[in-house]
Amino acid sequence: MKPILEVTNLTKDFGGLRALDDISLTVGQGEIVALIGPNGAGKTTFFNCITGIYPPTKGDVAIIPPGGKKIFIKGLKPNHVTQQGMARTFQNIRLFQNMTVLENVMIGRHCRMSAGIPGAIFRNPATVREEKKVVEDSYGVLEKIGLEQFVNEYAKNLPYGAQRRLEIARAMATEPSILLLDEPAAGMNARETKELDDLIVRIRNQEKISILLIEHDMKLVMSLSDRIYVVDYGKKIAEGPPMEIKANPAVIKAYLGEELDA
Amino acid sequence: MFRFSEIKKSFLVALWLMFLTFPIMVIRVNTIYKTIEWRWERMFMVGIGAFFLSFLWRYLHKKKEAGEKKAEEAGTLPLAQRLIKNRQFSIPAAIGLGIFIIAFPFIFSMYQTNIMTTALIYVVVGLGLNIVVGLAGLLDLGYVAFYAVGAYSYALLNHHFGLGFWAALPIGATFAFLFGVILGFPVLRLRGDYLAIVTLGFGEIIRLILENWNAFSFGPSGIANIPRPGFFGMDLSLSQSITYVYFLMIGMAIFTIFVVKRLQDSRLGRAWIALREDEVACQAMGIDKTRTKLSAFALGATWAGIGGVVFAAKTTFINPASFTIWESIIILCIVVLGGMGSVLGVIFGALVLILLPEYLRAFSEYRMLIFGATLVTMMVFRPGGIITDVRKTYKFKGLKDKQPTV
Repeated sequence: MKPILEVTNLTKDFGGLRALDDISLTVGQGEIVALIGPNGAGKTTFFNCITGIYPPTKGDVAIIPPGGKKIFIKGLKPNHVTQQGMARTFQNIRLFQNMTVLENVMIGRHCRMSAGIPGAIFRNPATVREEKKVVEDSYGVLEKIGLEQFVNEYAKNLPYGAQRRLEIARAMATEPSILLLDEPAAGMNARETKELDDLIVRIRNQEKISILLIEHDMKLVMSLSDRIYVVDYGKKIAEGPPMEIKANPAVIKAYLGEELDA
Repeated sequence: MFRFSEIKKSFLVALWLMFLTFPIMVIRVNTIYKTIEWRWERMFMVGIGAFFLSFLWRYLHKKKEAGEKKAEEAGTLPLAQRLIKNRQFSIPAAIGLGIFIIAFPFIFSMYQTNIMTTALIYVVVGLGLNIVVGLAGLLDLGYVAFYAVGAYSYALLNHHFGLGFWAALPIGATFAFLFGVILGFPVLRLRGDYLAIVTLGFGEIIRLILENWNAFSFGPSGIANIPRPGFFGMDLSLSQSITYVYFLMIGMAIFTIFVVKRLQDSRLGRAWIALREDEVACQAMGIDKTRTKLSAFALGATWAGIGGVVFAAKTTFINPASFTIWESIIILCIVVLGGMGSVLGVIFGALVLILLPEYLRAFSEYRMLIFGATLVTMMVFRPGGIITDVRKTYKFKGLKDKQPTV
């Protein structure tokens, strides 16, 4: 399988604290890969490092868009990383609360648009066309995610589960080749989690977007992912398909607690 | 209707205020006869006033909460937006307003027209600051610096090179734009309070330079005899000239409203609002933070520059005293009071804040008191401003049959 995201020997120090220690990870095209670990293991730091929010101390991050050349994205600003085709959601919902649902998604389209200040003021035909297309595209994304009934609602007025889905919709609007989901099921009930499971599989199968996710819901992780990486204290302690991970003693010890050994 | 507990509460409030105001309201020392006057009747007036006002306050508060709940349930637009949407009302109102605007300088005195022109300058400048504060969410306390840049551009260019108003207008705007970029660069990483402090400093730097660099800006004595705007080389009398500036400002205000409105619903405008709402998410969604911030600063500054040029031309005399921090605060109040991000709100805010003090000259002693009280009541009852911003909505086919399921 061709890789789409290659992270090699990624290290991140915060002063004297090594938050990430020599982590390598690959995501193949069309794969769903999960990154798990106990709280404070460095999962979100890992996401922040590869998306450019924190500069990594050492290591390399590269994405290989399908049919494209390898692009090294280490040290790029977050907006350029997104432009190269890697979009993300956040652990604590970070929607644009006082914008409508549609506008939230339209922000995702921002980096695929080109209108500048003169275009905005004079509304030349090209800008009008672009604007129209953005509205249609964004609505299309909402339909795919199943949020079209909320289209003109303010993001802050959405129910919790819908806010999580809107984050995914917004990320998908940037036309990513790989999507990073940071705890998408956090705070969801069993039914919502099941719907999310279906949604993620649908995104992979229909949109051909590879997925890397952080998640604590083991049932979701085990049913969803093709491969799993486990980190603890910033170190990678295991990788492999769900069945192997379930049986891996190091993982059980670090993640599920030692008393389960018995 | 009134419960006992409420009466008790109001009674306590009244008692407390009577106690608080006792030293200043009741006791008066007559220094000539060395006697103390006890004005007990005043204490009762304070008490009765406080008692009723606290009732009124609570009543309004309840009404506001009930209203909010109702609006949320019905999903209705705020009053101002509803009135605009209603064609039966908005078209006659617009025609009426148009006639009033055109007739204004011919009905009212020169003095009134002059005040109105000032208010219109503040409309333009306020709309400029609205881009920075209301849309992009960057608290700028030194905005008046750009206003000064515009005004001094015209004054100095005219003084040294004899440039006319129309030539100076784009140059002043360009200078303000450049200063916006210059200020924008160092504050790219800052937000919130830190940004406010730096911009405050910037505003003061500009003012102090203008005050102290005598060779450049003629110091505190300022620059006099700045020509009024020319009208195709015709000689205008004073009253004609004032009318002319008035119409010029009307045109400029309309132009500003047009541009800001278009910017607001554009790609850039959305990026500004996203930046205001969440900087990290905004960047992660592919928006260039640097460019977005700089464009907000620079575009906001441009309008201040234009306002400044007109201000210099209108008053024909400028000195650094016109560009103190107080001006920045007034403009900021216009934006906040009117409604952050709302064009209509800012226009309304500018008219209220600039015109009201002029017409309240009779109560000039209480002006600041009224001003402060208005701000406090505003923030309690309408924290979003007089006319809150409502985002653009879009219509789609086939959406009607689907009802939101929560």
